[in-house]
Amino acid sequence: MLLGDVAHLRTGDKGDISQISVIVYDPAHYPLIERAVTADRVLSHLPGLRARRVTRYTLPELGALNFVLEGALSGGVTRSLALDAHGKSLGAQLLDLVIGDDRGAEGAAAGDAD
Amino acid sequence: MKAAGTIRVGAGAGFAGDRIEPAVELVEHGELDYLVFECLAERTIAAAQQARRGDPSGGFDPLLLERMRRVLPAAHARGIRIVTNAGAANPVGAARAIAALARDMGLTPMRIAAVTGDDVLATIEATPWPLIDRFGTTADLQRKLSANAYLGAEPIGAALDRGAQVVVTGRVGDPALFVGPMLHAFGWSLDDPVLIGRGTMIGHLLECAGQLTGGYFADSGRKQVPGLARLGFPFADIAPDGTATLGKVAGSGGQLSVASCKEQLLYEILDPGAYHQADVVADFRTARFVQVAPDSIAVSGGGGTARTGQLKVSIGYDDGFIGEGQISYAGPAAIDRGRMAIEIVRERLRIVGAEVSELRCDLIGVDAVDRSGGDGAAAPREVRVRVAGRSANRASAAAIGAEVEALYTNGPFGGGGATRAVRPVLAIASTLLPADAVTPKVEMVEA
Repeated sequence: MLLGDVAHLRTGDKGDISQISVIVYDPAHYPLIERAVTADRVLSHLPGLRARRVTRYTLPELGALNFVLEGALSGGVTRSLALDAHGKSLGAQLLDLVIGDDRGAEGAAAGDAD
Repeated sequence: MKAAGTIRVGAGAGFAGDRIEPAVELVEHGELDYLVFECLAERTIAAAQQARRGDPSGGFDPLLLERMRRVLPAAHARGIRIVTNAGAANPVGAARAIAALARDMGLTPMRIAAVTGDDVLATIEATPWPLIDRFGTTADLQRKLSANAYLGAEPIGAALDRGAQVVVTGRVGDPALFVGPMLHAFGWSLDDPVLIGRGTMIGHLLECAGQLTGGYFADSGRKQVPGLARLGFPFADIAPDGTATLGKVAGSGGQLSVASCKEQLLYEILDPGAYHQADVVADFRTARFVQVAPDSIAVSGGGGTARTGQLKVSIGYDDGFIGEGQISYAGPAAIDRGRMAIEIVRERLRIVGAEVSELRCDLIGVDAVDRSGGDGAAAPREVRVRVAGRSANRASAAAIGAEVEALYTNGPFGGGGATRAVRPVLAIASTLLPADAVTPKVEMVEA
């Protein structure tokens, strides 16, 4: 199963920080993404993304995770040399992150801040 | 139909270049009480400050008067009040220009308020303040062009209390543009962080306009959104207890759903339990969304804790130049010719002695925005080379595009469609100022 099968994402930016929300369509899938979509999994899925620090916020009532990737935008939108200086396209690149099925045991969340 | 005791606030723009027709649709058919235009990106104000130096009556959003020309007739006829941060570096100049427009259009009398006090460049120049987004202090930033504090909702509420039909601000927190009308209509105290937090949450949902109603959301598969070419912008029917019902004009394009609302709730939020604004530290974790009808979503929950007494300040500074060049290659092994082209440009920049402090070389279609490392299996039939670099001097930045363009006759087989550009960089750094070092003011202009 892929992340995009059970969740949708939106990406924003604040200075040199990229922010990616992951939201389940069906609340029943929240425990699955909470288990499977760790900060480490996000970083290993996007090896070309350089972040100084990643923090994951868990939002069980909304069925969502919020990832805050500090230092991920080459200095931020006002001075980055990147084509997508905002990093708007980053969230979509997580749609094919493999999350396994409900029985798949994933590692504990790294860098949680909830 | 909105319930008694509520106010209806519409979002007329989510960024400086946003479409104009959705605001016209809202003002003519949305039964609004207030229409808000959010038009000020982080660095816009630094550019506007430069424009004002060239023309003391300028320095506000160049699209402001066209937006006003389109919405003022219906707003004036229906008593809909307008709030916008399009005053940028010159809210008073913007208010005078709107007054002149209103007179020309015969829409008098009209009272227009300018909110000022956000310009804190003199305070920042006088003393070094620690930067919050990097090491160092404001003194380390050479050639500062602007420094603007994010004001709260109080001066907007005060301007509405004094009868302003249009309120033009410079830098204020985006949600505050929406909380201002709530302060005015409901008499909320800024010392009630739960209500201000809820109002801030509603303002945050609305501030990007079409991003709530299906823009930046649509996808193939299960996120299909109808009518994006005529996307309707949202409004909120806000009750005095800080709950709201979100909607859009019947028949407009787009789609308002629980999913689109949750995406916008978290958009550009770092800690969802602590969203720092001038008036409150808002908490979005307990937000609830319920679909009550097609394109109608009830919002409740949310809250906040007391404001910190510190205001975020964005400082615009001159950060040299970025030069860029692009050229395309196609056919079998296009990717190889693209890589060959990049190596030639790197070597040429060394040979001509361009002073480039940072260089970035991408193959668009391969690795320009993708960060997954790709699978390496696909051989694209076309690639576009993009070379971008930073320099303190314009001539060196210009050399980048010149060397890419020169690949036409000096580079690999079949390079086409070269483009080149140089732009001065207005970069942004941030600091915090104590709120009592900043004095918001309201100035009235009558038409």
